[in-house]
Amino acid sequence: MSPGAFAYLGGMVLACAALAISRRNPVHSVLWVLVMFFHLAAIYLLLGAEFLAAVQVIIYAGAILVLFLFAIMVLNIRQEEMGPRFSGGWPLALALVLALAVMLLGAWGSLRLPEAGPFGPELLAQKGGHTKALGEVLYTTYLLPFELASLVLLVAIIGAIVLAKKRLK
Amino acid sequence: MMVVALGFALGALLVGYLVRPRRPYPEKLTPYESGNPPVGEPRWRFSVKFYIIAMLFVLFDVEAVYLYPWAVVLERIGLYAFVEMMLFILILLVGFIYAWRKDAFVWD
Repeated sequence: MSPGAFAYLGGMVLACAALAISRRNPVHSVLWVLVMFFHLAAIYLLLGAEFLAAVQVIIYAGAILVLFLFAIMVLNIRQEEMGPRFSGGWPLALALVLALAVMLLGAWGSLRLPEAGPFGPELLAQKGGHTKALGEVLYTTYLLPFELASLVLLVAIIGAIVLAKKRLK
Repeated sequence: MMVVALGFALGALLVGYLVRPRRPYPEKLTPYESGNPPVGEPRWRFSVKFYIIAMLFVLFDVEAVYLYPWAVVLERIGLYAFVEMMLFILILLVGFIYAWRKDAFVWD
């Protein structure tokens, strides 16, 4: 990825995130998060992780944000919009964030990258891309977790209906 | 390539902006609502039944995402991958039938 592309995409991600938490109208916040998700997807795409980019767009931008919008619509947020966007605790929050930043910068010197795993760029290129490499492992070695994922989804489907259905048959 | 693409997109918007007529009047600027004048607040508390639809959409969307890498490698793994995906879909079909039987798709 070229530095210019990363500078644009990374900058947009940060700017959209800042806009999302500072907008007073929650619907506007969700729309800024949507713009942020698309820029994140572009970063994944430029890093050669096209499956992750697809998940970012299909699941996060397509489904999770729709859920956020519905949650906003279901809640009564008129009062929320009337009050100030940030409560009085922000100096404390700022101090905590700065402390975390100092800690992370302090830890930067002792950062050691781990040994590269088997799925390096060469193997991915040989397999014909990130999605193919992932699919080959997911549907053979990790067959059981994959099938268990369907059970997790099944539980979530039943749970959603039981919790939110007004008149359950 | 990037410059050409950006230039074309921005150029098309600019030409449209310069060429199109601009004759706004109050009726034209009101939000379109099937020809009726808008009445009341556009946002009120939505019923929770919208939430079920959104939730089910998220879950079946996640299911659909699993089909993407599967479709890419199906040729290489063959029948084995086909059978396991059918099992995966079958388990989720149970959830689908449950949702159907419990009238989760009915607008009540």
